[in-house]
Amino acid sequence: MNFITVIVFAPLLAAIVAGLGNRAIGNVPAKAITTGALFLSCLLSWPIFIGFLMGSETASVVPVLDWVRSGAMEFDWALRVDTLTAVMLVVITTVSALVHLYSWGYMAEDPDQPRFFAYLSLFTFAMLMLVTADNLVQMFFGWEGVGLASYLLIGFWFKKPSANAAAIKAFVVNRVGDLGFMLGIFGTFLVFQTTSIPEILAAAPAMQGASHITFLGMRLDTMTILCLLLFVGAMGKSAQLGLHTWLPDAMEGPTPVSALIHAATMVTAGVFMVCRLSPMFEAAPAALAFVTFIGAATCLFAATVGTTQWDIKRVIAYSTCSQLGYMFFAAGVGAYGAAMFHLFTHAFFKALLFLGAGSVIHAMHHEQDMRYYGGLRKEIPLTFWAMMAGTLAITGVGVYHLGLGFAGFFSKDAIIEVAFASGTEMGMFAFWVGVFAALLTSFYSWRLMFLTFWGKPRWIESEHIQHSVHKTPEQAGEDTTGGYHPHESPLNMLVPLGVLSIGAIAAGYVFKTAFLDSAEFWAGSIAYNEHLMHAMHEVPYWVKYSALVVMLLGLLTAWYGYIRNTSFPKQVAEQLGPIYSFVSRKWMFDELYHYVFVKPAFWLGRIFWQKGDVGIIDRFGPDGAAWVVDKGAVLAKKVQSGYLYSYALVMLLGLVAAISWVIFA
Amino acid sequence: MDLTYSLGLVIPELVLTLSGLVLLLVAAWGGNEASKPVSIAACVALGGAFFLTAPAVCAGASGPDTVAFFGQLRIDAWAGLAKLMIYAAAGAALVVAPAYFDRLKAMRPEFAILVLFAALGMSIMVSAADLLALYIGLELNSLAAYVLAAYLRDDDKSAEAGLKYFVLGALASGILLFGMSLLYGFTGTTSFSGINVAIADGLSGGQLFGLIFVLAGMAFKISAVPFHMWTPDVYEGAPTPVTAFFASAPKVAAIALLARLSLEAFGTQATAWQQIVGFAAIASIVVGALGAIGQQNIKRLLAFSSINNVGFILIGLATATLAGASAMMIYLAFYVAMTVGSFVALLMLKDADGNQLETFGDIKGLSTTQPALAWCLLLIMFSLAGIPPLMGFYGKLVIFRAAVEADLIALAAIGIAASVIGAFYYLKFIKVMFFDEPVDAVKGKSDWAHWALLVIATLVISPIAFLGTEWLGGLAEAAAAALATAG
Repeated sequence: MNFITVIVFAPLLAAIVAGLGNRAIGNVPAKAITTGALFLSCLLSWPIFIGFLMGSETASVVPVLDWVRSGAMEFDWALRVDTLTAVMLVVITTVSALVHLYSWGYMAEDPDQPRFFAYLSLFTFAMLMLVTADNLVQMFFGWEGVGLASYLLIGFWFKKPSANAAAIKAFVVNRVGDLGFMLGIFGTFLVFQTTSIPEILAAAPAMQGASHITFLGMRLDTMTILCLLLFVGAMGKSAQLGLHTWLPDAMEGPTPVSALIHAATMVTAGVFMVCRLSPMFEAAPAALAFVTFIGAATCLFAATVGTTQWDIKRVIAYSTCSQLGYMFFAAGVGAYGAAMFHLFTHAFFKALLFLGAGSVIHAMHHEQDMRYYGGLRKEIPLTFWAMMAGTLAITGVGVYHLGLGFAGFFSKDAIIEVAFASGTEMGMFAFWVGVFAALLTSFYSWRLMFLTFWGKPRWIESEHIQHSVHKTPEQAGEDTTGGYHPHESPLNMLVPLGVLSIGAIAAGYVFKTAFLDSAEFWAGSIAYNEHLMHAMHEVPYWVKYSALVVMLLGLLTAWYGYIRNTSFPKQVAEQLGPIYSFVSRKWMFDELYHYVFVKPAFWLGRIFWQKGDVGIIDRFGPDGAAWVVDKGAVLAKKVQSGYLYSYALVMLLGLVAAISWVIFA
Repeated sequence: MDLTYSLGLVIPELVLTLSGLVLLLVAAWGGNEASKPVSIAACVALGGAFFLTAPAVCAGASGPDTVAFFGQLRIDAWAGLAKLMIYAAAGAALVVAPAYFDRLKAMRPEFAILVLFAALGMSIMVSAADLLALYIGLELNSLAAYVLAAYLRDDDKSAEAGLKYFVLGALASGILLFGMSLLYGFTGTTSFSGINVAIADGLSGGQLFGLIFVLAGMAFKISAVPFHMWTPDVYEGAPTPVTAFFASAPKVAAIALLARLSLEAFGTQATAWQQIVGFAAIASIVVGALGAIGQQNIKRLLAFSSINNVGFILIGLATATLAGASAMMIYLAFYVAMTVGSFVALLMLKDADGNQLETFGDIKGLSTTQPALAWCLLLIMFSLAGIPPLMGFYGKLVIFRAAVEADLIALAAIGIAASVIGAFYYLKFIKVMFFDEPVDAVKGKSDWAHWALLVIATLVISPIAFLGTEWLGGLAEAAAAALATAG
């Protein structure tokens, strides 16, 4: 029995038991089994990761089952463990185990807890299948599996129409990306005659510029096409600009889901895939430039939108989107180690921020609008300090010359520096965008903190709170708390916050050398560019300090606007007018898609439905046949009159007809 | 062939004849008190005839050795297999009758005796190798049947059923006799094989008329469209055990006879009647299905269902091949089981006072009040609808396979499409029993004999019976092979 088999299949087993057992086994056993399985996976994962860190582990493949044997197409179920997988293993199992634990408290009053935990474990299994894949088809299996689990969990509260709409949106938008991914897999098989990832990666460098595909009369470089198609898949799953619209809506799901799936793990699958296939992307420079551009654009776009949102979860969702952009442009300039490092640290501090937000929402009677928060610092101090750790990490607080900083400082600054160091035009574009986005990141993160934890309580404006205290703002009068008392979350929610806080504080400092500077650590599992990573350390000091400076700038602006002079943001918004409304309406993507895709699709669907299906197929098919049968039955009943003479007549007519037939036929 | 040899071949028929005559005398002296012993004795006689017939079926008797009474009768495996079904169905009717008639204080010994004579008539029908034997067997069966239909003579509906059956039956007999006389006149023989030889070079006008008239007379007996109109009225009006009998045994006899007549006497001119039979088959399937849809009365529905089933069997005949004939026998075996099963179940639907219930309104939600009965009915109805893996599906499968092998693909396709219509009312049965609000009308208890029959019928059509399909297929093939081997 191999440890990796246990790590991957324990969550599946738990999901099956909890999902099928459901009410039969009850809430507590279902929760205990799934959470226990995840902690087991987590405990087994860390030694593997540390083994790779120490250099005592080497890459291995554990076969599970034969899968397809059909001509040149041969692939199996197998679990591949190398450095890249090990990194993902600890991220997935740690965050998932903590989220399982957190959900004991967060979902305590939900009537469908076994189903929720079964979905969470099923998701974890699919994600583990994705990262341990040794061939593209198994990766696609995991890819679709996490998509399914994401759909089920976004729509977990299926009685809410908005949750169902969000779930469907997530699924449909991901289909667009998945189509690209599938075409990429098909094309890769066509070109390389295998789906085995190691074989493809070994053959990829020789393919650079070596062949072309003619499409619509255009002569296109094969590797560029393949990488672009695969990247479309990554764009869908990782919510990159264009295919990002599902992620903010996915916040309809329970907050633990947002933390696990829509922050720490599933949305990073695209980054993981690009890193896993990095030798392929290295053979397609044009595709890499595109990756850089999309990453940088997403980074900027999401950060601007994040500054205008009021829903606490949506702010963090756009923040996630923006941070994913960082990871992609890091990969795009060739620093896959930096991308993975940011993925790793981001998983901790973003999960922390989401779970902290969940704790705030829990305390505030399900209110998610930050306009109705305020002054919560003293009410829920532990949550406050956890959120503070997350904010310090995401804004990248740290000083280069002291060599000290929070997790985000090491990973994000490395990305900004490496973009500068890459020296390409696209790299410079990404650098400036990255610095500006860091300013915005700092602004919206501190804005969130200030609105939530500082200032005077504005709770009574919230309908949720009004509902809870049975008062209107008028009745409450001067007391803007409305007499409401937020309670700190239970221990099972605070422990995960604490553990993740440690990660948010220390993960950067502890692991920076391994992720950024150690080709031995990666051991060939990604395309490690030693020259580039070396150049990263040699960038000028103004580059190294730029991120810190803009961080302070963002902090100051937020402080001024949300603590010192609270009417300032409104003035700025009015001054900016249309620009503000453009940004706050998320750059109008939803409106654009609505008019370009959704409306025509509905129009076409309605034609097929009413004219085609109802009007033609149903009318002449089932409905028509039923009509004929109905009339026939009435007729048959009418003919059966009960009179002897009519029966005899029918007999004789039948006889005459038969005779006529044989004579004249 | 001397007389002794012929008598040796017809021992089962002799058993039926003698026991029928003796029991008639017993009944004349014993009066109504004798009805129970007479019923039991009749059952024993049928059982005896069954076991005396069985060896010839298993041996696949065929060839000139099976000819009795100078070519009048053929005691071959074909006749034997049909007889086994007839005796079994007649026995089942005898088993369920006492409970039904006792309640109406109408149990008389004549019932068992009439069934015995009807069975004897049917034995002669299926063995007939000559128009004269055919007519004698047919009339012996029919006359007994007319009386059985009107058995509850004080009941208006039963009397009406008897009269309708008699008048229309007489008309059909007239048509049949007219056709037979034409055939004799234009071929100079009444023997099946003689007619076959005489028409081998082509049909004259008179022969064609004769052929059609004879087939029309036979179509009345099997209630094929358009000679089916009597069926719903007679089935509804006749006492339920009698209807159960009508729907099973005489159908087997008439179909076996029709198949033998068509293949042995008209086999050389198959193209002349194949199309008509095919048309009657489709018409029967469609009219049977359409007629059944509007029915609230279960007996009447089952009458239309039997018309529908006859349609499928006629597809086998329309192939005019021995494979088709063998498929007909297989279908008939399962048809008898399904018919007996559904009528026994119908007889078990009684209210607290023992009155028979026979409308859909009475069986609403039967699955909660009488689960065992409802589940048996469910299986039988699914089987009638032709849903795999039940044996009703297997029967349809062999019929359609025979049709496809005979290049009658259009016929098979239309048959399959039309069977969809039939599925509607079988499924309605299940819907009413399983998904409607229970009315709890069915409260009466049934004796073990009913349950035994129902369980046997259900087992025969259940997937377990697939184990026996090879054996049954072998018997049916041997039986079909015996046709047209008299030389």
